[in-house]
Parts: sequence; structure tokens; C-alpha cells
Amino acid sequence: MSAAIDPITLAVLAGRMEQIADEMDATLFRAAFNPIIAEAHDASHGLYHADTGETLVQGKNGLPIFVGVMAFAVKAVIDKAAEQGGPQDGDVWIFNDAHIGGTHLSDMRLVRPYFRDGELFCWLASVGHWHDVGGAVPGNYNPSATEVFQEAVVVPPVRLLKGGDVQTDIRDILMRNTRLPLSAEGDLNGQLGALDLGVKRLDALLDEYGGETVGAALSTLSNRAETLLREEVGRLPDGRWEAQDFLDNDGISDTALPVKVALEVHGDRLKLDFTGTAGQAAGPINIARPTAIACVYVAIKHIFPTLPANAGVMRPIEIEIPEDCLLSAEFPAPTGGYTETILRMIDVIFSAAAQAAPERVVANAYGTINALSIAGRRSDGSRWVMFSFYGGGHGASNAGDGLNHGNAPISMATIPPVEILEAAYPVVFREWALRPDSAGAGAHRGGLGAIYEIEVLEENGAEAFFFGERGRFPPKGIAGGGDGALNRFDYEQADGWQQPPLASKMVGIRLDRGQRVRLQTPGGGGYGPAAERDPAKVARDVRLGYMTADRADQCHGTAWREIEQ
Amino acid sequence: MTAKRMIGVDVGGTFTDIFSLDLRSGAASVAKVPTSRPDQSAGFLDGIRHEAPDMGEITTVVHGTTAGTNALLERKGARTGVITTAGFRDVLEMRRRDRPRTWGLRGDFTPVVPRDLRREVPERTRADGTVETPVDLDAVRSAAAELRAAGCEAVVVLFVNAFANPENEAAAVTVLRAAWHNDHVAASSEILPEIREFERFSTTALNGYLQPEVAGYLARLETALVEGGFGGEFMIVQSNGGVMSVDTARRLPVRTALSGPAAGVIAAGYIAESAGFSNVITGDMGGTSFDVSLIANGESVLSPQTAIDFGLVIRTPMIEIATIGAGGGSIGSVDAGGLLQIGPESAGSDPGPVAYGRGNDRPTVTDANIVLGRIDAAWPLGDGLGQLDVDAARAAIETHVGQPLGLSAMDAAEAIIRVANSHMAGAIRLVSIERGFDPERFVFMPFGGGGALHAGAMIEEVGLGRALVPRYPGVTSAMGCVIADMRQDFVQTIGALAAEIDTSALAAQMQDHLDQGHRVLDAAGTEFAAREVRFEMDMAYLGQTHTVAVPLEVRVTEGRVAPLTQDALKTAFEATYRGIYGRLLAGSAIRVLNLRSTVIGKRPKFDLSSLAPAAAASVETAARGTRPVYAGGAWREAAVFDRLALPVGAQIEGPAVLEQPDATIFVEPWLAASVDAHGNILIERKEGAAR
Repeated sequence: MSAAIDPITLAVLAGRMEQIADEMDATLFRAAFNPIIAEAHDASHGLYHADTGETLVQGKNGLPIFVGVMAFAVKAVIDKAAEQGGPQDGDVWIFNDAHIGGTHLSDMRLVRPYFRDGELFCWLASVGHWHDVGGAVPGNYNPSATEVFQEAVVVPPVRLLKGGDVQTDIRDILMRNTRLPLSAEGDLNGQLGALDLGVKRLDALLDEYGGETVGAALSTLSNRAETLLREEVGRLPDGRWEAQDFLDNDGISDTALPVKVALEVHGDRLKLDFTGTAGQAAGPINIARPTAIACVYVAIKHIFPTLPANAGVMRPIEIEIPEDCLLSAEFPAPTGGYTETILRMIDVIFSAAAQAAPERVVANAYGTINALSIAGRRSDGSRWVMFSFYGGGHGASNAGDGLNHGNAPISMATIPPVEILEAAYPVVFREWALRPDSAGAGAHRGGLGAIYEIEVLEENGAEAFFFGERGRFPPKGIAGGGDGALNRFDYEQADGWQQPPLASKMVGIRLDRGQRVRLQTPGGGGYGPAAERDPAKVARDVRLGYMTADRADQCHGTAWREIEQ
Repeated sequence: MTAKRMIGVDVGGTFTDIFSLDLRSGAASVAKVPTSRPDQSAGFLDGIRHEAPDMGEITTVVHGTTAGTNALLERKGARTGVITTAGFRDVLEMRRRDRPRTWGLRGDFTPVVPRDLRREVPERTRADGTVETPVDLDAVRSAAAELRAAGCEAVVVLFVNAFANPENEAAAVTVLRAAWHNDHVAASSEILPEIREFERFSTTALNGYLQPEVAGYLARLETALVEGGFGGEFMIVQSNGGVMSVDTARRLPVRTALSGPAAGVIAAGYIAESAGFSNVITGDMGGTSFDVSLIANGESVLSPQTAIDFGLVIRTPMIEIATIGAGGGSIGSVDAGGLLQIGPESAGSDPGPVAYGRGNDRPTVTDANIVLGRIDAAWPLGDGLGQLDVDAARAAIETHVGQPLGLSAMDAAEAIIRVANSHMAGAIRLVSIERGFDPERFVFMPFGGGGALHAGAMIEEVGLGRALVPRYPGVTSAMGCVIADMRQDFVQTIGALAAEIDTSALAAQMQDHLDQGHRVLDAAGTEFAAREVRFEMDMAYLGQTHTVAVPLEVRVTEGRVAPLTQDALKTAFEATYRGIYGRLLAGSAIRVLNLRSTVIGKRPKFDLSSLAPAAAASVETAARGTRPVYAGGAWREAAVFDRLALPVGAQIEGPAVLEQPDATIFVEPWLAASVDAHGNILIERKEGAAR
């Protein structure tokens, strides 16, 4: 790839290539069968470097955590292809092995070489969260797994297509290892369709501009991303800042697990050292090294939101993760709950960066995906599974209060409507509300968490599975702001309301008809000292019921009581 | 019969546009008057008098309004109260658990109804329509009294699962109507009987929030019209591109959210159809944005809902408009990584481009067009702008774009246009290529003042077949008001398996929609050329998330709907599904989610040739000499014409500039323009031209 390209063509090509990735995203969202892709957009597409697999361009609308992690998936395929004599036009590899490709086994990755005039020009990839990939628990969120084999079937990089021909053997193995083959087949076809579309659009772009110009644009854009990050980092003061937080436990034994970072700024370079973080865990909150590196990218992009989505951004960043660590788990350690661990990594990175430049950072968001599954059999014998992730408050910033009831920083997923859930499953929601007093106090307060209370209507009863976090360690404020409320899960039994022994994780809760579960999610952390909050805003928060009068007095003093309402 | 004139009025930020059609002669005329502020009715009346001094001779006034949109964007609606199911008062504030932007995690949300004006009452309906707890009417009464004491002007009833059974909502709203001090009272099942509580509650709450404001505005207009001697029908354009009576608009102001832009798209479709093109992509370029819409086979693409701002969701069929932040006022800059950016920052129309001399010193897209000679600096657009300052514009481009990129001022100006064109082309690709439409089959129709400068570039960048610039691009929305049909959309959630659906209950529901629609048409007091009824169902395989819209063939005999069979539903679904996905899923059950019905009163159309240039026009009298225009890296001498004075059949080779009071057309060197029988300008590639 030559380096010289005129700035106008560069600007035009930057937009055209981003649009190709966006269009691949849109194609899969429309075609996918399962709502995790179709509604929650838990998928991603992009263009990757021919030799290194580095991210060149990635779609805007895919799941944020995939921006960055896909480079590892493509690299794994590049290495595999080299063993197999190199990629051929029309080959497509498929795999879900999280230890080499990042995230968890639900995410099925398809990787395809793109050839121009007989030469490998770049790679295209598609990743999507399938509804079910086998394993012990429907939906693959198994809080008691101690090996990946209890989570799902593990697929290493194998060729699903050779020279354009589908290897039906591979397809048959995949479809025999899911509880929902119809859904899996629909998603697989959607992903293949997205890759086909990417090839078609790239052909047209290269016909128009020529391979050399497009290649030059890609390398220039990577360099530009690096320049932009150096520029941003250069504005931070030099120094070293540490932050530590904890995961409640690993779902197996009741021991808190530290997640620690030291953030160093040297001129325009950044170093993140995670030494001091807990070792590899028995339960499914481990993450593989590629996931940890991708997570750093997500945190950095939230701090500097205008950075482009390509690998150049990562060049000035040095990342240190020890061996035998929660963040560098080895096969076959379970990784199903990776979301909890990367959310905590983002929190500590924000808390450390806030010491360097509080105005650039937001306080911790609610910090857990809160996967709650209620399942059973109807009287006609049919199986039902209501599986959803629940929301909480966002952190405050120097710009203002945090958002009430937002989605997790690693995701853009929306929550299904109550009416859709009640129409589909034998449950009734008794409460769906903001949670008063859940926000971290501060000059700017955090966003409020939520309360969800669900009653079982099915006369056969049901079973509940819960996988959350933040039951023992609250989301933190920054710049002197207070912490958000703890996550709290209660479930009703014949002898009254109970809480899980492990606070935020539990399998196999038996519920009878009429019994309820109640989930109260954390609010976000506050920004700046609570004493500095405008009393008029405190008075408004009390009037609106975001905060009780008692808590207002405790956090802010009584000046707000003088405000005329 | 003395009444003989039909008037369309579009009120914009700067101008109020009037389109007047003489129903006897077929002659049409247009006018532009300044928009009056804060009360737009004065400008509205001035404009109408300009065209029809005797208001008694007007049969119909149709208005495309932005009153509702502006009230939402500026949060200037009425103080509104909510009465809702116990446990659910925060639905409006919790949204669907989203956030404003993917990256950055900043920004919060303020609902239009604050938490202390949302009151809970005991009541509950199950998803299957069973009433679990009847509504506590005493609680409704006391909530109403409190909301009224708190100064609420409107009140809405939002009950969970009211789409499945409106009984509790109906009981509450009956009590409220008796007690409330005005008629701004509504229940969610009246506004949108469709499943999904946030979308239904939001649409209903925004309707209540807009009602006092929009109803007051429309009443002022109507009073002024009547006082001026007007005795005809006053109608309002809806977001779906049809018109409704002013009474309906007062009841359902939320349906006016995209009133103005929708009217423009309707006119564009009609003009193109009359010129022989049924596939159109419209592009409306304003000061800060570029709005794109697609018409395929003569039908505008509709979207089921839109968000006017983060969290302000309106669910009602609307003409689909894709908007990007690239307008004439968008600012060009070079970022720290050396990339040329256009927008999202904009100088808008005030202070506007550097050349306006009103204090902005950063170069805009319009500045680039001025420096390149495409806009005549000596003959500026709009009112009171005086002489444009070309030197200041050139200096700003040199400083902010040329120097950082190592380009001359002229090449930097051309770069700004190229990148802006590329953004606009991206928006067009989004609505065409990405939806499976081949742009070669489409004609691009720019309207608004600025779009015609970029029409040639759209042909090149996207591969569009040709561009058609209407005779009066600046008054397209006002013209659309006169063209639009009268249209009512209805929805009802059904929620059943196709194989088990109660077909006579379904027919009764269709009959109810049909009767309501005809009653509205009967009451309109207008002649319709024809009436049309359409039924559609949202259907899917059981377990699928996204439904497909399935058009139904329903027999209506003497106003009575004949029931469909379950087999007919299945056949219709399979035909549609196969058309979209290429294959069926054998053995899966089929689910019916919603019934959607549309009743349209077709209005008589007028002949656009009444707008055509006079027979005496000639190319010679239209010629205004030449001026240098910079294109493709070099200055070229471009012929300049008075666009409105060009005769039918005129052929103009690029490079050329065609000017009219509110728009400029640039015909690039590789393009040719011709004037069609209706006075439109058709722009196409020159024979064998390659760039």
C-alpha cells in the first residue's frame, strides 16, 4: 500500500468504506431471526488488514465491544489459513472459540478473504450473538459453569465454505448442536448475506477508485487515527494514577475479586497496567486476553468519542496484563459472563482517568448486565424462556446529571416492552419504575436505576436464573462525587422474601404461581462534591421523588428546604 | 358558484410560501412573503390576500405547518398531566432503555411530562384483555383535581395493555371529560391502539402536550380566515402526506410532526409523475441539513415511527425522510488528523455564511459555491442580503481549509463541495442502494433553494439516471398542499395465530375502520375524484422478531367488508414473505400482530402545464451573458440564463448557470439541461460524455 493520497479523495473514501460496514450491519439486523441480533444489535461487521488482521473500518451500529475484538478473530483465521496453505477466493471460516477470538461462545464469527486481481486485498468479517449454541443452560448464560464445555459447543476456526461451496458436514454439526436450529440457520444465512454484500460493495468501490488508491486510503486512515489519539493523550498531564474495584464473586465461591489498573501518561503515550487484578477464576467471569484489549479500546473511545474505529488508535497504547489473570484466562476456563468483567474494567479505567482529567470522564455507570431468565413449561408441555438484560443509571459528568435508565456502555441494546413480554410469557409485571435514592450524589448526580417486579402466572410455576454484579460494591463517583446504590435481587418463597447467598448470582430458583422476583438496579456515580449541588436542583429532585427528603438532608444539607417550590 | 380558488400555504422559518390554483382556468401562481413572528397567522393571511384579495372566492385552504414540530423541539408545549397504571408512572421517562449517542455516555433526558405530574391509579388489564383490576374512578377524579390544581392544560390516560381491551381507559376518560375544564383529554387506546407501551404512551403524551398550542394556532388561523370572508374548507397536511380536516388536526396534532416536509415530497412525486418519472429521490437542502426521501412506483416510502428528538417518539405512519447534517451553512474544517470535515457544526442562516458579513468567519458550503462562481455574488439570494463578500469567503476558505491541506483557495473551495456532495450522496445511497433500489432507475429532484446546485454531482456520485428541477423549487411544499389526497390511517393490535383468528371479528374491525374513514371523508365537504381503501397486516412466523407488512385483497361490496378466510391470510403472508426473503419456513405457525387500514379520498389533480413558460419565451431573451465558474480544477466561462424566461424545449449545454429568484442551478461541464413541457429543467449526461 503506497502512502500518498489526496485529502479530498481520502475524505470521500473514508465515508464510502464506513458506509459499506454500516450496510453489512443493517443487512444482518434485518435478516436475523433472533431478537438479540435483530432488536439488540448484538453483532458487528468490518474490513480488516490482509496481513495483520488489524481493524481498518468497522460499522457504526454494531455492538461497541466488537470494535477491536474482531481483529483477534481475523488474526486467528489468518494463522489457521497459513497452516492450511493460504486462503482461497470464496473461502469462509466460522468459529466461536472465545479464547482465541474474544467475548463468549454465543458470538459466532464468520471471516472471509477478499481478493482483488488474484491477490488478497483485505478480510471481511461478521460476528453475531446466536440464540443458543448448546451447553448446559438454554441461552448459554450458565453462572455455575467451571469449563467452557458446560457453556456451549466450542467451534474452532473451520472452513464453512471452500472456494464458494458450502461444506454441509460443518453446517450439519452446527445445526445439531443448538436447541434452536431454525433461529441458528436464519442467523447464519444473514451473516453470509452480509459478507456477500460487503464483497459486492468493495468490488464497486475498487472498480471506481482502483486498488492502490483505496489501499492508500486505508493505511492513511489508520495513521490518522493514531495521530488523533496522540493529540488527545498529549493534552493530559503526565503521571501515574491507580484505581481498584471488585467483582462480587465468580458464582462458585463467595470471594470478592479485585480488578486493578494503573494508568500512565508519558507525553503522547498511554500505558494501562492491570497487575494486581485477581487470578483466573473457577467460575464464568473470566475473559480472554483479546477481550481485555478490546475492552480498553471501548473505554478509550468513550473518553475520546470522536476517535475513528480502527486499529491505529491502539498503537500508542501499551497494555500490561499478567499471566494467570482474570483478564487473560486460558482454555478451557469459562467466559460466559464476560460482560460483568469488562464493565468493571471500564469502571476502573474511568476512575483512574478521572484523577488525571475529571472533565474528560463520566462517573461509573450501573456496571452489570443483569441477565435474568425465567423459564418453565406451560400446561400444554411447551417450553418458555423469558431472557432479558435489565438497565440502570449512567454516571454523571462535568456536563450534567447522568441518564436515568440507560443501556450498558458496551452495548446499544434496547429493552423489550412490558406488553410484548406479557403477551409472550405467563408473567405479569407489578412494577416497572425508576428507583428513588439509587443515584450517586454529587454536584451532578448519577442517573437513576430501576425497579422491576415480576409475578409468575403459570400454574406449573417456573424456575429463575440470575447473573448480575454490583451486589456488594457500588458504582463509584468521580471528582468527589458519591457512589450509586447497590444492585439488589429478591425472590419470593413460601416463607417470605429471600436474597441469593452470592448476592448477585443464582441458578435454579423455584417459583410457584403468584410468587414474584424483584430486581432493583444501581444508579450511576456522581460527579463533584454533593455539597456543591445547586439547592434548587436538590429541591427539584425531592419534589419529583428522585430522592427522599431524608437522603437529601444527609447528602446535601438542608439548604434545599429554603427553596420556594 | 363564486368560489373558484384553492390555496396551499407552507410556513417556513424565513418565508411563508403560497401556491394558488384557479380551479376554472387551471392557472397557478406562487408568492413568497416574510413569515411573521411570533404569531405566524399575520404572514399567513398576508400571503393569501396577495393571491386572492377576495377570500370569498377560495374553496379550500390547505396548510403544511411546522407549529407542532417547533413546539416539540423548543419544548414549548402545554403543561400536561398523566394518569397511569399503578407501578408504571415512569414508562415515559425510562423509554426503551437507550441512550442519545453510542460513544461518550453523556447527555440526559427530560420527558415532556415531569414525574410529579404523572399520577398512578389502581387498575390493571392483562395482555389477553382480561380486566384484573377495574379502574378506581375515585382515584381518577382526585388525580384529575390535583393535576388541574397543578396548572395542567391537557391530561392523558395511559394504561398498560389498553390496546388489548380499552375498557378501563374508556371508563377513566369518560369521568375525566366530565370533570376537565377543556377538551384536551385523551386515552392511549384512542390515539394508538397498538401494542408496545412506551411508543403508545409517548405518542399520546406528545399529542396532549401539543394539543393546546396547535389547536390555539389553528383556531387563530381559522378565525382570521373567516373574518376575511373565507367560507370554504380549511385542511392540514399530515406526516403521512395526506390531508386531514382542521377538526381532526386539533384532536390529533401529533400527526402534523412532519407536515411541511411531507407536503414537499408529495409535490415532488406529482411533478415527476407528470413529467413521466414514477421513481424519484427528493433532496431538500436547507441551511443546516439535507433531507432525502424516496418514491418508488409513484408511492412514497412510509416509516411507522420517528423520534423528533432523543426519547420523543411518535408512532404514526410518516413519509420516511433521511436527514444528514450537510446544508448550505455547514462549516468546513480540517481536524487534528488532517481530514477535511463538513459539519456537523453549522452557521445556519443566521449568522450564515462568511459572505453574508454577519459575524461568522468560518467557511461554509455556500461560501464555497460563491467563491467558485456558482452563486452570483452580485445577484444574491433572498431578502436584504445586499452584496455578498466574496473576498471574505475566499480568505476564510484559504485560512481554515486551504492552508492546513496545502491547497489553493480555489481547490480548497472545490474540495469542500466534493466532500459535502459525498455526504449528500451517502444519504441518497442509504435510502436507495441500501434498500435494494437501483439508483439508475431514479430521477433526482432537488427542492428548496440550495439543492439544485448539487444535482449534477448527485448524478455522478450515486449513479442516478438524471435530475429534474421543478419550475418553482422554492415553493414545492406549498404546491404539495394543493395536490395531497385526504388520508386516514388506522391501526389495531390483533395478536392471534393466522390459523386460529376469528375472521368475523377481524371483518368487523375492518368495517369499523372503513366506516370511520368514510365518515371523515363525508364530513370534509370537498369533492373527491375517487375513494380508495387499503388493508394491511403486520405478520410473522411465530418466534420471529420483525414482522412484514402484508397487503390484503379484501372485497368490499356496497360499503360492507367481506370476511377473509384463514387460508387467504396465510396465502397473502406467504406471497409477501417469499417476495422479501426468497423462501418460506415450512411447518412454522404464522402470527398476526396488527391490522392497519387506510382510507383515502383522491382529490382532483390539476394540469402542471399551466405553470409552463409563456409561448413567447426564447433562449435569446433569457440569456444573461457569461461568467467564469471554477470546476474540475480550472476556470471556465459558463453561460448564464434567467431560468424562468427559458422556453419549453430549450437545450443548454454545460457549463451553465440557470438563475431564478429563489434558486440557482449549476449545469456542470459534462451535463446538458433541457426545459420540458411543464417548465421543469431536466439535467442529463451529455451524449457520450465521460468526466
